[in-house]
Amino acid sequence: MQLTLERTETEEVLQKVEEANKIALDVRNLNIYYGDNHAVKDVSMAIEKNKVTALIGPSGCGKSTFLRSINRMNDLIPSSRVDGTIQYDDVNLLDKQIDVVALRKEIGMVFQKPNPFPKSIYNNLTYALRYYGMKQKKVLDEVVEESLRKAALWDEVKDRLHESALSLSGGQQQRLCIARSLTMKPNILLLDEPASALDPIATSKIEDLILELKKDYTIIIVTHHMKQASRISDKTAFFLNGELIEYGKTKQIFTNPHEEQTENYISGRFG
Amino acid sequence: MNSRITNRIATGVFFACAALITLVLAGLLGYILYHGIAIINWDFLTSPSSSFRAGGGIGPQLFNSFYILLITMIITVPLGLGGGIYMAEYAKPGKLTSIIRTSIEVLASLPSIVLGMFGLLVFVNLTGWGYSILSGALTLTIFNLPIMVRECEDAIRAVPRDQREAGLALGTTHWHTIKKVLVPSAFPTILSGAILASGRVFGEAAALLFTAGLTTPRLDFGNWNPFSPDSPLNIFRPAETLAVHIWAVNSEGLIPDARAVADGASAVLIISVLLFNLIARALGRFIHKRLTASK
Repeated sequence: MQLTLERTETEEVLQKVEEANKIALDVRNLNIYYGDNHAVKDVSMAIEKNKVTALIGPSGCGKSTFLRSINRMNDLIPSSRVDGTIQYDDVNLLDKQIDVVALRKEIGMVFQKPNPFPKSIYNNLTYALRYYGMKQKKVLDEVVEESLRKAALWDEVKDRLHESALSLSGGQQQRLCIARSLTMKPNILLLDEPASALDPIATSKIEDLILELKKDYTIIIVTHHMKQASRISDKTAFFLNGELIEYGKTKQIFTNPHEEQTENYISGRFG
Repeated sequence: MNSRITNRIATGVFFACAALITLVLAGLLGYILYHGIAIINWDFLTSPSSSFRAGGGIGPQLFNSFYILLITMIITVPLGLGGGIYMAEYAKPGKLTSIIRTSIEVLASLPSIVLGMFGLLVFVNLTGWGYSILSGALTLTIFNLPIMVRECEDAIRAVPRDQREAGLALGTTHWHTIKKVLVPSAFPTILSGAILASGRVFGEAAALLFTAGLTTPRLDFGNWNPFSPDSPLNIFRPAETLAVHIWAVNSEGLIPDARAVADGASAVLIISVLLFNLIARALGRFIHKRLTASK
């Protein structure tokens, strides 16, 4: 009797550990303020590893602010203030003491507008590697090729690596920016409306890429495009006026939302 | 009908203003070049000036102008860039920043003759260097620095914010982002700003009268040892520049052909400044093309 009880306890613990291992980021009671503006209100959610989590909601609902708090890009805005915790492994990302530079190496970000540096394709990719002391040409070449392949851009640019990145099309530039993040071998990728400035063909390439990338990375994507969220994400979070209204499996959110506001939004009644 | 007439009148007035500016410039340039260009020849550009006889050249003065300019820019550009980076990237809005900004503005608007007096006091007398290239260059640095700081700050601010974010989001430090992304992106603007400032420095006379002096020792252009007193490279020798020479020849020159020398020197000065402007534009455009790969 005693023995079996112990076993179930152990199993319970093991199960809990396993669940915890599946969590990439555990956000608890996150509040973000810009001056007097309460932009994100008491948001708690757990983001799973190797899944695509989509953040949807109308403009100004706080989803981008939420995303940018994960890699502390909000620090750049002097009036911003944050409380709550974002647990990543055994550190709280919001801790004032942590090394933000090291954090951003592990949590990459791709922005709405493609922002390659006005340098060659090759130098865009080696920029951060060189900062971290990688100087050997052979190693750099390898990482460049690997990252470009992962970003499904290698075949298009392999013969023109030393041309300016600005000579690429918008879609190619955005995939280059994704490749550039991948050079740092991050664990998590934050995508802030990565396809909103692109045409439909370039968009679908980015979407295919995201589905490919989730095998290796945890991806959080902010999108305005509801079809996109339903096509590529495993879980969806709906934000409204800074609050997290509903968070669940994408299929459930889009077919059977529990909240009326979610239903109104995805059926196009506002936003 | 009324508004149409008003529109026509306004267009006419603005056109007249623009035409006036162009005419004044063209007249001035035409006059100086017309009188000066005939004087300019290789001998005039290279031979030393004479004190009493006719037929002197502007060789040492021309060299002095470029040399002082070079020394000035070697001091100004790093300081200006540093100040510009601080103002654009590190300065937090507040009292200190606004004091710095006001200081820069006041410094930029100081009359150059006042800076010349300051240079005389500090760089000539206090340091004991006397009239020298170094005193002149330091005075010109003060004259030039506020504009260079402004220029660099604006150039760095003009780099799109997403470039800054891209650098930071990759896990590189702020300083690395500044060094490898922001400054290179701002470089064409900074460079053309520096060259335009060079034109200003090149033509400056008042700030140099009491700092670099009105004389040039006999120079031996075969002696490139910077510590030798008759070497052109010696920064502790007095050096009359082209602009100062024009003033000196006109106001206290004893040579019979003072008018011709002044005309020729003015033409050389104007052509040099014009060249600075053209080079600044061409170079800026060229580098911009190289960086952005636009055709």
